[in-house]
Amino acid sequence: MQQPQFRIWWLAVPALGYLLIAYAAPLVYLLMRSVIRPEGVSLQLFSAFLSDDYNLRVIGNTLRIALLVTLLCLAIGYPVALALARARGIAQVLLLTAIILPLSIGVVVKAFAWQIVLRRDGAIAKFLVATGIWDEPKRLLFTEPGLVIGAANVFLPFMILPIYSVVRQIDPRLSEAGATLGASPLHRFRKIILPLTMPGLITGIAFVFSMSLSMFVIPSLLMGDRFQTLATLTGRSFLLMRNEALGSATAVVLLVLAVSVVVGSTWVSRRLMRGG
Amino acid sequence: MTAIERIASAMVWVIAALAVVFLLAPLAITVAVSFGDSAVFSLPPPGWSMRWYERLPNTRGLSGSLFTSVQIAALSTAVSLVIGTLCAIALVRGEFRGREAIATFLVSPLMLPGLVVGIAMLQGFRSMGLRDAWLSLLAAHVVITMPYVVRTVLAALSLFDFTLVDAARTLGCSYAQAVRRVLVPALAPAFLTSGMFAFLASMDNYPISIFFTDAWTKTLPIQMLQLVEERPDPMIAAISTLLILLAILALIIGDRLVGLKRLADF
Repeated sequence: MQQPQFRIWWLAVPALGYLLIAYAAPLVYLLMRSVIRPEGVSLQLFSAFLSDDYNLRVIGNTLRIALLVTLLCLAIGYPVALALARARGIAQVLLLTAIILPLSIGVVVKAFAWQIVLRRDGAIAKFLVATGIWDEPKRLLFTEPGLVIGAANVFLPFMILPIYSVVRQIDPRLSEAGATLGASPLHRFRKIILPLTMPGLITGIAFVFSMSLSMFVIPSLLMGDRFQTLATLTGRSFLLMRNEALGSATAVVLLVLAVSVVVGSTWVSRRLMRGG
Repeated sequence: MTAIERIASAMVWVIAALAVVFLLAPLAITVAVSFGDSAVFSLPPPGWSMRWYERLPNTRGLSGSLFTSVQIAALSTAVSLVIGTLCAIALVRGEFRGREAIATFLVSPLMLPGLVVGIAMLQGFRSMGLRDAWLSLLAAHVVITMPYVVRTVLAALSLFDFTLVDAARTLGCSYAQAVRRVLVPALAPAFLTSGMFAFLASMDNYPISIFFTDAWTKTLPIQMLQLVEERPDPMIAAISTLLILLAILALIIGDRLVGLKRLADF
């Protein structure tokens, strides 16, 4: 393709220019307005926000829920990714369908489904009573465990797929070679499988953690108004309370958290690549 | 296989089987509830009926919001496919600096909190003088759909052997013909999967759309959440069931055209 370089460069301009104007500029404008106050450049908005106990609890809620959702997704997602890489035939089709189908269904649909499942007369309560784990049906809707289960369900595919994409590239002979050389199964997992799946693991964790930090529809439907996270508080302060100062503060704190997750995970995986 | 390995392997399969149930059960329960004749969500329902489906056409605002959503999703996906692909070609073929940074930037809307992006855009668009709800929605949804196109097309292009285009030209094709007959067919699966996921992401978006709707212009997720909050009855399950059916249809088409495994590429 004998195209001069300056021409190729121009092909990037429409998309790049559009995103700079419609997306990057507004974000910079939001950040600037949060530090440029009537009295000059100041962090007064944030110091006021962080000095309120209620707001600190909201930040705590946000981080705790995101951490629990990520751990639950990790505990389910890692074995499922291993199984998916080994599955053939009908098992593979079933697993792939169960992972991809929910991805193409809207979050409002899924959150509503969990409203039904988590009720006192819902499927989970019935199951736990039938198996004798619970003595009597309890309501999981509007409780933290209910929120964590529902959110983990929505974000699970984002944990499985990145891990699966690295697991399926692992040469099975590596593990066999380890076995031939006398390494125990546990030792082989720790020294061969785990390090090789680390990049996918980090991507999955970063995806699920940042999505759980910023989820809005799921806590609105599964927790209600009594329980606030940074995202629901941001939404409420702009949409209901018309409190722009509070909304800007929560929005910027949320943005900083999400960006640090992305930057942090990139940094960790770069270090791993260099080290390994 | 040692005993430990057999136990570990069995556990992996048990967890995988439970995960399939965990992922699909809420959808199956929604479908079951939508065909029940009870107004509470009891399972199994006391009797079966289509009454919730019969109500759908008469629910105010529902068909309008569906139409708006499809319109916005189709248009924004089309725009993203065109300018996103052009940009991906520049990033793969060009030799200017900062290509990796540009790629990260174009995919970044996917990784930032939608609500924050929505607020920023609302304030940004207002200060640029854009107040029309429909146009604001379209402008915002191009940003939502762009990452899906750039990510997938970039991956497909980096596997494409550009000497094939030169070969086609040596064999007598004009430059435009070579692109149309060699490059476009090679990228077709990428266009299809990215277009599908971009379309679905736009149809599904709540946290950004919520800032650009007014009384007349609403997208489907906004209208649905409003219904859930106003009167949570199985009619929502009926809408959900239709959307689940649509997703199954998209999955079958995707499987026929590029294969399920390819859809799972990440």
